[in-house]
Amino acid sequence: MAVQVAGELLITLGIILALFVAWQLWWTNIDSNRAQQKAIDGLFEGFDLPAAPAPASSPQDFGEPVVMDPLSEEGETFAVVYVPRFGEDYAAPVTSGVGTAVLDNLGLGHYPATAMPGAVGNFAVAGHRQTHGKALDPIHTLVPGDHIYVQTAQGYYDYVYRNTQIVLPDRVDVLAPVPTDPAAVPSERFLTLTSCNPRFGSQERIIAYALLDSWQPLSAGPPAAVADVVAANASGGR
Amino acid sequence: MYGWLFRHLPGPLWFRILLSAVLIAAAVLALMEYVFPWLAETSFLPSLTDSTIGGS
Repeated sequence: MAVQVAGELLITLGIILALFVAWQLWWTNIDSNRAQQKAIDGLFEGFDLPAAPAPASSPQDFGEPVVMDPLSEEGETFAVVYVPRFGEDYAAPVTSGVGTAVLDNLGLGHYPATAMPGAVGNFAVAGHRQTHGKALDPIHTLVPGDHIYVQTAQGYYDYVYRNTQIVLPDRVDVLAPVPTDPAAVPSERFLTLTSCNPRFGSQERIIAYALLDSWQPLSAGPPAAVADVVAANASGGR
Repeated sequence: MYGWLFRHLPGPLWFRILLSAVLIAAAVLALMEYVFPWLAETSFLPSLTDSTIGGS
């Protein structure tokens, strides 16, 4: 009898452990995706979008990018990132701070004290590779020349992906205004994505760098490549 | 243990099967919604998915 109870308890424990794996790899994504969509919806309410999207005209030069002020508080969603390479409906909110409260619920987190989108320096963002929405799962699929669009209340910043680096977790210099060169004075506008590597572990970090290519205000309408997903977000949910 | 539990559930067989299914579903939901998040939070496990550089 005692043996039977012990055996049943061990089987139960095994099932619970399997469920824990299922929770980590699958359930957390459901919760996080819901929270991310909510964050995007909330952010869009504050956006001053043109009623009818402007026609996809020839590229125009809007001069120096307008950059938003840095945020002092953690947990404020201020931007949406679109990466057509990750899927044409890919949209992930960016929230200030890289604590677990942000990264486990809200997709991408902005490293405090790094530049804001479009600014000279390094706009650095972290996101999970697996679990909790896995915002940066396909980070290894980026190809040089891929566009990464960042939308804020000011406009759309079009970054072009350049290269990827795999580093150990203590390499804070990848967040420097000129990545990996902390002493340098920046003159260019970088975007840096950090996530874990390998895909199902965190022994290393995978870092993707992009450079700002162009900028356009919200009133000019979204870039053609992300017009559909922006419209979908504007009408509340995908 | 589970056999004993099943025999002591009330009602006819079909009801006991249904009740078992509901109880199992409730247990799974409680684990997913409360126990596992708490376990991950108080983590004695090293984070499997830390994606940040430096710090944390």
